[in-house]
Amino acid sequence: MHTELFTLPFRAGLTFILLYLFVLLIRWLIRMSPEDIRKITAGFLSSKSISAIREIFSESLLHRKIFKVNPVLGYMHMSLAFGWFLLIVTGSIQSISYKSGEFHLPYYSIFFNKLESTTGTYPLKGFFEFAMDLILLFILSGVFLAFYKRFHSSKLGMKKTTHLKIKDKIALISLWLIFPLRLLAEGATSVIYHNGSFLTESAGNVLGSVISPEIIEMPLWWAYSISLGVFFTSLPFSRYMHIPVEMILIFFRNYGFRTCDKYGPFTNMEILSCSRCGICIDKCQMPESESRAVYFIRGIRDNQLNDLQFENCMMCGRCTEICPVGIDINEMRMISRKNSATDNIGNYDYLHHGKMTRTDVIFFAGCMTHLSPSIISSIRGIFSIAGINYHFMDKDGGVCCGRPLKLAGRHKDAAKLVKFNREEIINSGARTLVTSCPICMKTFIEDYELKNIRILHHSQYILELWKDNRIHLSKQLMTLAYHDPCELGRGLSVYSEPAELLRRIGILKTSYPHGKDSLCCGGSLANTTLSLKEKDQITVEALQQILVNNPQYLATSCPLCKKTFSKLSPVPVKDIAELIFLNIIHDKNQKRRKIFTERKQESVIF
Amino acid sequence: MRNNKFGFTIHSDNQINLDERDFNLYHKIISGEAGFMSCISCGSCTASCTAAAYTDFNYRQLCHNIRRGQNDAVAKELSKCMFCGKCSLICPRGINTRKIINLLHKELSKTGQYAY
Repeated sequence: MHTELFTLPFRAGLTFILLYLFVLLIRWLIRMSPEDIRKITAGFLSSKSISAIREIFSESLLHRKIFKVNPVLGYMHMSLAFGWFLLIVTGSIQSISYKSGEFHLPYYSIFFNKLESTTGTYPLKGFFEFAMDLILLFILSGVFLAFYKRFHSSKLGMKKTTHLKIKDKIALISLWLIFPLRLLAEGATSVIYHNGSFLTESAGNVLGSVISPEIIEMPLWWAYSISLGVFFTSLPFSRYMHIPVEMILIFFRNYGFRTCDKYGPFTNMEILSCSRCGICIDKCQMPESESRAVYFIRGIRDNQLNDLQFENCMMCGRCTEICPVGIDINEMRMISRKNSATDNIGNYDYLHHGKMTRTDVIFFAGCMTHLSPSIISSIRGIFSIAGINYHFMDKDGGVCCGRPLKLAGRHKDAAKLVKFNREEIINSGARTLVTSCPICMKTFIEDYELKNIRILHHSQYILELWKDNRIHLSKQLMTLAYHDPCELGRGLSVYSEPAELLRRIGILKTSYPHGKDSLCCGGSLANTTLSLKEKDQITVEALQQILVNNPQYLATSCPLCKKTFSKLSPVPVKDIAELIFLNIIHDKNQKRRKIFTERKQESVIF
Repeated sequence: MRNNKFGFTIHSDNQINLDERDFNLYHKIISGEAGFMSCISCGSCTASCTAAAYTDFNYRQLCHNIRRGQNDAVAKELSKCMFCGKCSLICPRGINTRKIINLLHKELSKTGQYAY
């Protein structure tokens, strides 16, 4: 038995982490509501578990989302995760093949080469030895890349990496040491007992030329075991806790768990699942600060969160969109804001419902649109040409939708405004609510509970009008760049309608990043701490990327983006409604005339 | 105080003794948002204000009162704000008005001026 003594550090570490996880899971389950428990019991024996396993395979092992960010970075993560997984699986099969029908503790297959070094052959011995070496090489290439990334992260597609704290560094070093130590230990053993393959034997030969393998063999196996033990013990205190917890998270997410409005077991899982990979850092347009998503999540985990970390954020959602673990960072910030805000201080008793005209369609411009009256006049013009009987709900200023208050964490105050506006909308008896502000639209959809009422952005509604032949558009030879607003794009997944509309009237030139990765204009209402100078800096940087194709117009579909951009943009910034109204054809004869002149123009140009 | 009998009003005396005023709130705000000092009291904020269309809420006056150390009615007035952010977009001096409102809320709730 004395030869097994060296496995003790590993066994102690593994026992510790397994017990820790067990206790953690039990504590989460105890804190869950009966409804949550029902979700688990309903999902456990359903296809949801299978899709969770599939997701674990593709995300926790293969890291597909990271491959999309950068192939080399994806390979690095995959080689470590999937390689380690293969090593464990192949090692287990190898040990079963050696002693079939016997139950083995995990340490047996991991230290197999040492524990069974003296005895003879077993089925497929050569194959297993070769396969294990190949997998080890696969992992070592990942370790090498990880080491390289610490110094030249830009080569792996990351401009900035996470600043690590001491606990993470200890875990990181023990992780880096595990596989080189395994190589050396197996190398030393393979020189003595000839049970290695191409990699371990060559490593052993090199080692043997320096020092006698018999002397160094046992210390190396001890070191390997200790590095494994240290790594497992450091898991709960470091970022590597994501390895086990992410798998649990994926199961719960597949059972229907979502980040809600308070911190609980599920958010706890999300926080522990953050691997601090730092992919979110490059996506952030904010000045370098501790409010970056990765440090914000670390702040919650370490109980060292300061107010700025969740307040100094534009909530554009780019970090949430790119997060390979799928943590809902935006929602998490909303919870922190809610917890810290002074709520229920608003007093809106002065609001009174006015006379209401009953129509099928109501138009809500929103506060921000009122700052750009040309958007309103364009939309009204389009509606009158299309012959729509609508009611302009906030003609005389209107009441805020409540979203800015909600973004500031004042949910109760926001609810007061929501209640007022909701009554106004429902009393109108409308079936369609058209709004020209994505910020309002988001809260209409998420908080207003307007059943049986279609909530549309004006770009969606105008496209419908065009498809119904109620308006006619003329295509011009103007080049356009379109900027996807955060709240409309990432917030509500409306991407295609505005772009399709713009293609009807001009030539749309796509600049990158766009769509789901679109930039924030910098004027976000979610941020109350940025100074004007910092905001302008973000706007200028965004404009440089959006206007890379030198378009004639910059089209937006958010009045706030328009207001922010037009201050600093070298080209005219127009709302989509304004551009449509400029190119609308008032009667059919005019349409014919316009097409005629257009062709004439084209023939002149080409 | 107000006499509306003859079709006009007489405002109460608005003189203050600056030595007797409490400028704590004002100093707290300028330490958080220095832009507050550059306010020219143009009134664009009040002119664009969503809440001001419905009630006598006057952001310009509110700021003016804080500068004069007249903090008595600040909490009551501020509770009318809807936080929509039009004032911060319209401000010709680029003052972060919403940050000032947030700072005021924080300070006032610390001193227990919100009786909710």
